Amino acid sequence: MDFLNALILLLNYIFVPALAYGSQLAIGAIFVTLIYGILRFANFATGDMMSFGTMVAILFTWYFQSLGLSLGFLPTALLAIPFAILFMGLYMLIIDKFVFKYYRLNKSPPVQLAMVSIGVMFVTQAVVRIIIGPSDRRFFDGEKFLIKANEFKEITGLNEGLAIKSTQVITIVVTIILVSTLFWFLNKTKTGKSMRAYSDNEDLALLSGIDPKKIVMITWIIAAILATIGGVLYGLDKSFKPFTYFNNMLPIFAAAIVGGIGNPFGAFLGGYVIAFSEILLTYAYKKFFMYVLPESMEPDGLVQLLSTDYKFAVSFSILVIVLLYRPSGIFKGKIL
Amino acid sequence: MRKNLNVIAAYSIMMGLIILVGIFQSWNIALSIFNLCLISAVMTMGANIQWGYAGLINFGIMGFTALGGLAAVLISVNPVQEAWSAGGTNILLSLFLIIGIVIAVRFVLKRYQKSKIRNYIIAAIIISGIIIIRLVSEPGIEAIEEVNPARTGFLGGLGLPIIFSWIVGAFFAGGLAFVIGKVALGLRADYLAIATLLISEIVIAIIKHEDWLTRGVKNVIGLKRPAPYEVNLQETDWFINLVEKFNSGKLALISDITERQAALNQFVIEGSSVFVKLCYSGLFLVVVIILLILTQKALYSPWGRMMRAIRDNEEAANAMGKNVVKQHLLIFILGSAIVGIAGAMLVTQDGLFTPGSYRPLRYTFLIWVMVIVGGSGNNFGAILGGFVVWFLWIEAAPIGLYLVNLATAGLEDTHFLKVHLIESVPYFRFLMMGIGLLLIMRYRPKGILPEKIEIK
Repeated sequence: MDFLNALILLLNYIFVPALAYGSQLAIGAIFVTLIYGILRFANFATGDMMSFGTMVAILFTWYFQSLGLSLGFLPTALLAIPFAILFMGLYMLIIDKFVFKYYRLNKSPPVQLAMVSIGVMFVTQAVVRIIIGPSDRRFFDGEKFLIKANEFKEITGLNEGLAIKSTQVITIVVTIILVSTLFWFLNKTKTGKSMRAYSDNEDLALLSGIDPKKIVMITWIIAAILATIGGVLYGLDKSFKPFTYFNNMLPIFAAAIVGGIGNPFGAFLGGYVIAFSEILLTYAYKKFFMYVLPESMEPDGLVQLLSTDYKFAVSFSILVIVLLYRPSGIFKGKIL
Repeated sequence: MRKNLNVIAAYSIMMGLIILVGIFQSWNIALSIFNLCLISAVMTMGANIQWGYAGLINFGIMGFTALGGLAAVLISVNPVQEAWSAGGTNILLSLFLIIGIVIAVRFVLKRYQKSKIRNYIIAAIIISGIIIIRLVSEPGIEAIEEVNPARTGFLGGLGLPIIFSWIVGAFFAGGLAFVIGKVALGLRADYLAIATLLISEIVIAIIKHEDWLTRGVKNVIGLKRPAPYEVNLQETDWFINLVEKFNSGKLALISDITERQAALNQFVIEGSSVFVKLCYSGLFLVVVIILLILTQKALYSPWGRMMRAIRDNEEAANAMGKNVVKQHLLIFILGSAIVGIAGAMLVTQDGLFTPGSYRPLRYTFLIWVMVIVGGSGNNFGAILGGFVVWFLWIEAAPIGLYLVNLATAGLEDTHFLKVHLIESVPYFRFLMMGIGLLLIMRYRPKGILPEKIEIK
């Protein structure tokens, strides 16, 4: 019984939250990696692009709510996602046309493009704050919990409860659908294959008749889908605040590089590596050991490896270690 | 003279703008803008050395600034004796343990051949070391943080004049840069950018949460000043006389004696804060000029030529026998040290250390906008960039307000769009910075004052 309790404890406080957080990071990391692989620059506007997409989704959510539309027990925001993606795609294509295209045609060094993306970051951040303001916003509606901790305790008769939020389930389900479609697209369709070819060797791809304009456009559209969905999932699970989204860029970058930048599958796994290590290293294991160990050996302290304040620092330290020993990432980067 | 015309023109316009602020808003605002412009100029010089001279991207400016600020605290605050006696020995012991670990790892690295076993030994040393350090330091840290937590709760500093911290800040930042450089300089340019960005976040996390050293988010207030205090000035005779002489024309117009006294008091209060700011301006100006002379000398020396050669063609420079790795490390340390000076100056001017206020947007990306806008590779350009961008950053709100009022002139004051836009005026500065950066990158990629290489 004690063993089961300990297991549920870990599931409740580590596994489920890390899985949801990891999925959100993974989507962002695939976004970063796609841009890096095909357009060949580190996009410092990642977080703000995600917050732009989320903002549009929130505006649509409010509109639908005012019309009285809803999805029942599911959040209305899911209904708003397709519309937000449309806007986001448009925004990305406009930015590309007026900003990035010039440097791409001139074959500027990646550093310059990264610098330009900082300009885009400033502008996007300003637009988001001017339209929706800098404050914290919750736009979740519908059923909050799939399993409540109390109900779980009553059903199973255990001491520890397992609470599963519906947003966590939605996040994981949507991520599985999105990522598997994306990998199917990249590996099986002609366009996806030509994208991979373009990322692998631009000149050879051009020689074999791949249209770079089309590749770039499709990349931006996929990026818009990823940015919007990733942003909305994070916002549903936690809350929407432009500043947090800007900061989320950092673990997302860490995930993309740990997984091997330019490699979408690596980025996907990198998201979970970062999320799990953040939560595993900062969780206080005192209660866990109380269940597992006999009474005489119970620990005095919290048995916490690092205080929760260092959550971000953990992922960055992992990144630094990976950069030192395997600069191409855990799963060999730069092959899309 | 003639070839420097654009430099002189650009600087005169900038000074003219600041003087206009002085005339139309107030001299207090103008001087505080000017002081922060000078500090920004020091930061941009640091970033410019790395980017303009050597082509290294350092997105960790925030971390070095914060370390400079930390130096200001550790140098100037009086030591907290009780805290030292409560937990000082534990902290010192941990310090020795850290040094011991470093020596042990170095010993293993030197003694044994590269192999898997060696890696495991090193990992074992580091992990066991961390566990021992935590066991040793934990009671000490707890004891220190319990000493009068509302006012101290940290070890305090050395109690020296705060000016020394400018040099110590440079050493702190340079030391961190040495470590980062050893780790990350081999990376590709954009990897280096991301790595430094993340490392600077780690530095901030440590400063924020190690309360025994920095008081963390509780902030350290009331630091010593290199300039006199306003309150003391207002009671000093020579200062009152000076203000009286300065405003004698205006005072002569007032006939009533009590009214004249009241007016004089007002002038003295205003004058004292202007005087203090002027003192800071003088100090900062000295730093900027010294750094400018040094960096200009370096730029035109053989060493500067070598740096440019490395920047423009690394392989060729390497083939000519220049040690690229060593030079990159050197310039990374130098540039970061200058940023550290700026960090200490900033805390000196504010008189308080607030770890929570270090954010990458303000302390990293804004500095980069300054470097790019001003002109990378050109010291005068970098300084000008610091001035222009900081000026716009502060004055963006009034300009934005004016533009919003102009654009919505046809709407009623209570119209929801107008109210919303006026509320969001502070965010127009981001928009201005972004658009400014994009325009400069596109149409004048070398900045306002581009790099000019003359053979002297």
